[in-house]
Amino acid sequence: MTPGFADPVADSQACFRTILDVMARPGHVRSVSGITAPAPLCDAAAAVLLTLLDHETPLWLDPEAEAARPWIAFHTGAPHGASFAMALSLPDLTRFPAGTDEMPETSATIIVQVASLTAGRAYRLEGPGLRQPAVVRIAGLPDDFASIWQRNHALFPRGIDLILCAGNTLTALPRSVSVTKA
Amino acid sequence: MKGYNFAYLDEQTKRMIRRSLLKAVAIPGHQVPFGSREIPLPYGWGTGGIQVTASILGAGDVLKVIDQGADDTTNAVSIRRFFARTAGIATTTATADATVIQTRHRIPETPLREDQIIVYQVPQPEPLFRLESSRVETKRMHGLADYGSMHVKLYEDIARFGQISISYDYPVMVNDRYLMSPSPIPAFDNPKMDMMPALQLFGAGREKRIYAIPPWTRVTSLDFQDHPFRTINAPYPCGLCGATDSYLDEVVTDDTGGRLYVCSDTDYCSRRRGAAE
Repeated sequence: MTPGFADPVADSQACFRTILDVMARPGHVRSVSGITAPAPLCDAAAAVLLTLLDHETPLWLDPEAEAARPWIAFHTGAPHGASFAMALSLPDLTRFPAGTDEMPETSATIIVQVASLTAGRAYRLEGPGLRQPAVVRIAGLPDDFASIWQRNHALFPRGIDLILCAGNTLTALPRSVSVTKA
Repeated sequence: MKGYNFAYLDEQTKRMIRRSLLKAVAIPGHQVPFGSREIPLPYGWGTGGIQVTASILGAGDVLKVIDQGADDTTNAVSIRRFFARTAGIATTTATADATVIQTRHRIPETPLREDQIIVYQVPQPEPLFRLESSRVETKRMHGLADYGSMHVKLYEDIARFGQISISYDYPVMVNDRYLMSPSPIPAFDNPKMDMMPALQLFGAGREKRIYAIPPWTRVTSLDFQDHPFRTINAPYPCGLCGATDSYLDEVVTDDTGGRLYVCSDTDYCSRRRGAAE
């Protein structure tokens, strides 16, 4: 089994600030370092799991990523459930808790591994965190992702937050952001 | 510091706070509950802000702490020393040099940048608490975006005093959805929150709530078309640096009615005086 962060305190802090930064500036792409991910996870996804998960955060793991389960269980101790989800392709968002109007924070955060955050289909993002609409390129999302996302966005303040990971890069799409095909 | 984890809080607590912070950023203006911990400081002295700062701080950060705009008051000095000791990080009083700014009741006059984070200490996160004492009820009101009672309060102010009589903690709407308390900053500072390039985080330790405003987010102060929001400030230039654009504190100088109006932002004021010399 591969180790977790070399320096758990400093590395998880650095990774958290990266996640915070991309959650606050949707679509910005940042990179993480200091980790060797277990197959089939990419480095960024593994770093996000180590940074955010522990015994208090039930995790739904994509059956395709079953091989990483022992690593996740050993390093985070996350039980089964779905306050977080780790997926190798975009799952059906409606299967996950979207929170309630009074407690929208009880929704799931889904970490999705994609092929690339610099090449691929272009999407136009608009919303809090963006001074003006931004165009991002993401490879590996379903063809109808923009309409899937708009249904999620329309639930606001309820809704799913996505953290997208490719290799050692990551970005985020909070529920507050609107996504259209560019 | 020996015997403590980096930045005082244990890693489990930091992860819990970090998860709440991410939710808060994803739902701008919504109060996210968190498991507020005991801090070696009484409630009301910035325990919420300290926990947020401790959870985001890294070894490379440069921390500035202000209390009512001043770097040199007891609260600011002790929080700055707390993190210098428990995290061994660099501290500064210069707004432009800081990566993280923890504040009690002011926003610095120097405009903040995209690479900075401002952490507000919040005594009462619920903007509706004077109108509705039940938390169950205010939660429902936020869920339904039912903010009519706040407009009625502002209307009653106008009917009784001819103007909206809120000079600090002036309620704002965040991204046209959530009514939010900006913490007890003067209404003078409210316009700085709108489309601010920096990320704004709010921590209320006693009330156990975290909320946030992402960068470049619309923040509007509540008002009426015929009674637009306006800021209030003493109608004088600063007695020390002559600034006419900064928020002023009134200082009583003697027992015969002497008054001095000076910048509340000590860094801004001393920088202006330094530049003038």
